[in-house]
Amino acid sequence: MAQHEIEVILTRELASYLATAVFVVDPEGELIYYNEPAERLLGTRFDETGPMAMSDWTSMFSATDENDQPLKAEQLPLVAALQYGRPQHERFRIRGLDGGRRLIEVTAIPLLGQAGRFVGAAALFWEAGEP
Amino acid sequence: MVRFWGTRGSLATPGLDTVRYGGNTSCVEVRTDAGDLAVLDAGTGIRALGREISTDAKRVDVLLSHLHMDHVQGLGFFECLYREGCQVHLWGPASTTMSLRARLTRYLSPPLFPVRLRDLPALTLHDVPLGRFEIPGFTVHCALVRHPAPTVGFRLEADDAALAYLSDHEPALGVRDFPGPPEWTSGFDLARDADLLIHDTQYTDDEYETRMGWGHSTVAQTVAFVTAVGARTYVPFHYDPTHGDAELDQMHAAAADALRGICRVIPAREGQTLSVTSGGVA
Repeated sequence: MAQHEIEVILTRELASYLATAVFVVDPEGELIYYNEPAERLLGTRFDETGPMAMSDWTSMFSATDENDQPLKAEQLPLVAALQYGRPQHERFRIRGLDGGRRLIEVTAIPLLGQAGRFVGAAALFWEAGEP
Repeated sequence: MVRFWGTRGSLATPGLDTVRYGGNTSCVEVRTDAGDLAVLDAGTGIRALGREISTDAKRVDVLLSHLHMDHVQGLGFFECLYREGCQVHLWGPASTTMSLRARLTRYLSPPLFPVRLRDLPALTLHDVPLGRFEIPGFTVHCALVRHPAPTVGFRLEADDAALAYLSDHEPALGVRDFPGPPEWTSGFDLARDADLLIHDTQYTDDEYETRMGWGHSTVAQTVAFVTAVGARTYVPFHYDPTHGDAELDQMHAAAADALRGICRVIPAREGQTLSVTSGGVA
């Protein structure tokens, strides 16, 4: 695998020190990192899943809105940040791979590096409470 | 051919204590077999280099890793800038809001310097592109690396040999088990399998404790990086101003011990010339 852009490497290092759950994807939407707090929300460890294609991570956590209606992939903030290049915030439910159902709030931002290069996107997750 | 005109980091450090390894700040001359010239950084060492460049030279490409003072302070004293018939192409990083010209003008203008950039007609400035580009005689690969403010590293390829230049680099910052996987290691692709790797080696382990995040590496960190990237020859570079020749001898000996059987270690010395070939240094 080729070396990631420095802005992505630095985002990962920052995320690895945060108690806030963070997801990082590359410009193609491949999930390339999530930190320990995100592992707790998702119910799985990054070392177990490894990098994941967008088609996989957008479906495997069974995202629904607050009325339990399934969300389409493009309704997920991270996908919107990737597709439209702008921040997006949503509140929705997921089912972690440990079976836990969680209400979360997610803010996703595109990562624009030096010279305006689009180097990926990151999402910050907050657990809003038990559904 | 590689020749070191400035090996010091942070501040020029002339004196009896730095005679062997040198006191001028970062500047490295790189020439192809055909005589094409690239200059890495414009620290105080570039003044003497300028006087050695033939008056017949038509073009010089200067590649700036970043704009900290120890890498640009010699620029205004580079004789080629004032010669008729010699075009100087200066490549360096823009910031997210300012071009190289705007950034450099902060130094090359009064009151810090009497000559303005716009008064140097033979100078062409380029916001250095990230990725691969060509200058006469060389294929250049450029990437942002971990150091405060926009900073790039370079990989120069010519005559079937590859030189990597990471003068100011702290790839271990924030990494719990350095080095991590290649894809998460700053500078990895630039330095991978380089025949010659010129790399920041500014601190001892003890010094690093109070200078973490300043953008530089220890001997041990650099040894780990060199091993990971598979460089064939490692050139310690960017020496701390507080390190005299005797202390540098000790640091280099530690690096050579750690890399025995892995990689050749040739510490940068001002005035030293190396012949780089595919496979290392001849």
